[in-house]
Amino acid sequence: MTTPAAAPTAPTAGSSASSAPVQRRRRLTELLLLVVAWTIGIGANILVDPEQASSEPAHVYRSAAVLIGGSLLLHLVLWFRARYADPYILPIVVTLNGLGIAMIHRIDLLMDSSAGTNQVLWTAIGITAAALVLLFLRDHRRLRQFTYISLVVSALLLVLPLLPGLGTEINGARIWISIGARTFQPGEIAKITLAIFFAGYLSTNRDVILLAGPKVGPVRLPRFRDLAPMFAAWLVSIGVLVFQRDLGTAILFFGLFVAMIYLATGRLSWIVLGLLFVAAGGVVASQTFGHVAARLDAWWHAFDPAIYDAPVGGSRQIVQGIFGMASGGLFGQGLGQGRPDLVSYSNSDMIITAFGEELGLIGLSAILLMFFLLISRGFRAALGTPDGFGKLLAGGLASIMVIQLFVVIGGVTRVIPLTGLTTPFMSAGGSSLLSNWIVAALLLAISHSARRPVVTGPASAEDIAEFEAHEREEQERAELHETERAERAERRRQRQQAAEARKATAESKSSEAQS
Amino acid sequence: MNRAIRHMWIAAVAIFAVLLLALTSIMFFQQRSLAADPWNTRTLYQQFGKDRGPILAGGQEVARSVPTDGDYAYQREYTDGAAYAPLTGYFSPIHGATGLENAMGEQLSGDSDSQFYDRFMATLSGNQPSGASVEMTVDPELQDLAYNLLDGRKGSIVALEPSTGRVLAMASSPSFDPNALASHDSAGVIEASQRLNADPNQPMSNRAIAGSLYSPGSTFKIIDTVAALESGEYTTDTIIPNPQDLELPNTSTTLPNYVGGTCASRTQADLEFALANSCNTPFAQIAMDLGQDRISETAENFGYGQELSIPLAVTPSSFPTDLDDASLAMSAIGQYDVRSTPLQVAMISSAIANDGVLMRPQLIQEVRSSDLSVIDSFRAQQMQRSTSADVANTVTDLMVSSVDDGIARGAQVPGYSVAGKTGTAEIGSSGTSSSWFTGFAPADNPQIAIAVVYDDIPAGQTSDATSNAQQIFEAVLNR
Repeated sequence: MTTPAAAPTAPTAGSSASSAPVQRRRRLTELLLLVVAWTIGIGANILVDPEQASSEPAHVYRSAAVLIGGSLLLHLVLWFRARYADPYILPIVVTLNGLGIAMIHRIDLLMDSSAGTNQVLWTAIGITAAALVLLFLRDHRRLRQFTYISLVVSALLLVLPLLPGLGTEINGARIWISIGARTFQPGEIAKITLAIFFAGYLSTNRDVILLAGPKVGPVRLPRFRDLAPMFAAWLVSIGVLVFQRDLGTAILFFGLFVAMIYLATGRLSWIVLGLLFVAAGGVVASQTFGHVAARLDAWWHAFDPAIYDAPVGGSRQIVQGIFGMASGGLFGQGLGQGRPDLVSYSNSDMIITAFGEELGLIGLSAILLMFFLLISRGFRAALGTPDGFGKLLAGGLASIMVIQLFVVIGGVTRVIPLTGLTTPFMSAGGSSLLSNWIVAALLLAISHSARRPVVTGPASAEDIAEFEAHEREEQERAELHETERAERAERRRQRQQAAEARKATAESKSSEAQS
Repeated sequence: MNRAIRHMWIAAVAIFAVLLLALTSIMFFQQRSLAADPWNTRTLYQQFGKDRGPILAGGQEVARSVPTDGDYAYQREYTDGAAYAPLTGYFSPIHGATGLENAMGEQLSGDSDSQFYDRFMATLSGNQPSGASVEMTVDPELQDLAYNLLDGRKGSIVALEPSTGRVLAMASSPSFDPNALASHDSAGVIEASQRLNADPNQPMSNRAIAGSLYSPGSTFKIIDTVAALESGEYTTDTIIPNPQDLELPNTSTTLPNYVGGTCASRTQADLEFALANSCNTPFAQIAMDLGQDRISETAENFGYGQELSIPLAVTPSSFPTDLDDASLAMSAIGQYDVRSTPLQVAMISSAIANDGVLMRPQLIQEVRSSDLSVIDSFRAQQMQRSTSADVANTVTDLMVSSVDDGIARGAQVPGYSVAGKTGTAEIGSSGTSSSWFTGFAPADNPQIAIAVVYDDIPAGQTSDATSNAQQIFEAVLNR
């Protein structure tokens, strides 16, 4: 393995002027940006508790070890396994994660809780999972093989919390399972498996869906049977979530469904139809479910005293969150200077308000811009990767993040009703952190295939070696396929022969009998 | 598919724009209205979570923040609370802030614009930004003396440094304990404030600069004297009729000199005799002779009718308008509708003492940030010229003879020449009066100008106003 500095001098760089511009590997860029990310993330952890040198220094050392060690590990894995991966994704994610840990720890100090320790642990688990994904998933296209398995896994994950004995209801939503003393939200992982299913199914059946249906007026509708598995997946997720009373995740999954159909087909009319479904569903839900109606009231009439003081489903959380952000103003109270504990769930669903309060509009905008950059890199990977599956998967994962942020931040700013969802990489919550790290790993893998140069000129020995290794692998796989097919064909032929032989014998016997 | 991906990205741009707009609306445009929302306990927690700077007098902390374990991180503590309450005010989680706690609130809490750099550095270093300390011009020795002299009786003492306008003492009595209102025990605070508000003696009003103002009584004759000398129609040699009773034009009432006083010994008087013995009838005639405008203008030259912020808000003292001769005559002796704060009366003496130049009264000596760097410090400012140096010196001589030979004899300090003027203002038909002394010392090199007033002194009784002033003069001159 050569150093990344050697990459730009590779002969591929000059000789491919005629084709797409060759991306540099940019692993050094990533490393430099990681240093910035550590400074911000660990600096924030020091700032939230200036006296911790005397009180509890362990937290800073632990989070520094996990953030630096973990991201160095991932950096190395990328170097070996996905050299062309996007250099911005990892530093952004590390920064967001570090800021999240700092804020959670800061709220721990106020509330006397220990979510911060948990979050550091789950960061380590998340980073390990991401490293494993990158190590074992040499090519994201392999995931396509798991299209239907993903569907089954998604359904299982979503049903798990409903099982008696395993599922746990917290705050009226039954979306957790408890293993020992720990709780886990399987729905968080389901968003990835569902995205894999949608991407696999849609990339395979795209043409049929697009072209085979009847035309009604100007809109060509897909045949029902072509979309049936999609609707099945959607119904399962929505149905289960309605029973689990988790509005936020339901919106997230529906959004994912609509976004991926649009990404696959480019049919805006279907999006409009989808949104009409949402509207209709929303009206029905608000009439049927008390908690949905309460959410709508808390949204529209947040400053109404009766609703503010309502014991269940009141708007106190929203209003206090807004007060929190407003008290941050332009520059914020400063990390560790505000009172984020006045907002309930300020370290998970409402963490955005805590950041607003302490970092101000400027700091919160910076966080939003980091998310925006992350999402843009996701879409960039989707644009660049040559395979339809990769495009849909990257696009879908990026869309999930957009929708999730819209639901969370739109909720706390009263753009839409507040529903419980985590802020990716920031909110306290192991399942959320784990799943988002896996999303980051998948985006990194896809971005590698998007940015990897297509060899068009004299290739370096390394390129050739890689190409030959790849070729060999493909060759072996093809040979294996061929052998297996030949074997299958052989077996089939033998079976046929045997059957014919039996038939012939039977016929000869019967003819003998006749005769 | 790439077209759809690009469109999706554009949708993401739109979504982020909406979110940023929503955040800007809440965190910038609605910031103030949300901070003022009654449900927003955060504003209070914020104010009481801050290490507010102390208020000092002569280097001693008279108000400071002490850490507490309760809902709020800090509680305000007032040492020697009652003596300084009219100045410091209180900082209460229930009733908000008054006095300097209010007027200097931004500096004390560290929120003023000039502390932006400190806040910024504190944010960077992760330290809790702490507020600035506010040092008052008040001399703690004089303040305590003044408050103790008043001894709980209704009245007020204001002392100024004539050459600079520094407020050396400002006491108002009866006073209250601001600690009772700064407590974090809501029930106790509400009980205390109800009791204080119900008290007929109004302990929470600062009589020195606000409250219901006083009639200045004979202290206003200094203004008449200045107006007379400035007009050129009067000199110290001018002989003015001094009848025992002056019939007021177009009325059936008469304006008498003080019955049984020295004034009755002469039927004619010069300015020296009239001022020294506080004869009413000569000044009534001077005023009617000069006319309302001259008197009013002179009063304004000494500060009447002007809003002041020291930075405590000072209620403007007033001289009435549209007077007939009878009312003008009454006004000239500080009765009728002339209203004065004790500070205004002290300003009259101060301007005379300072060769006719009125310095702007100020209460703040220095504002220092928590790292002791000076944010703001006292600069003496000329407010206006009240009269010429000649006139001021003449009036000084007249006021000195009032102390040497006249009815202000009680203000004499051995070894020093003291200028002074007493006053008694009858309050309606209640039979009681406000009793005044104003003056300065030493007359040749004034270090202190003072106004002392007592409310509700029964007719015929003398008050401690003059002797209080004497004690304060003595304290200043003999140190």
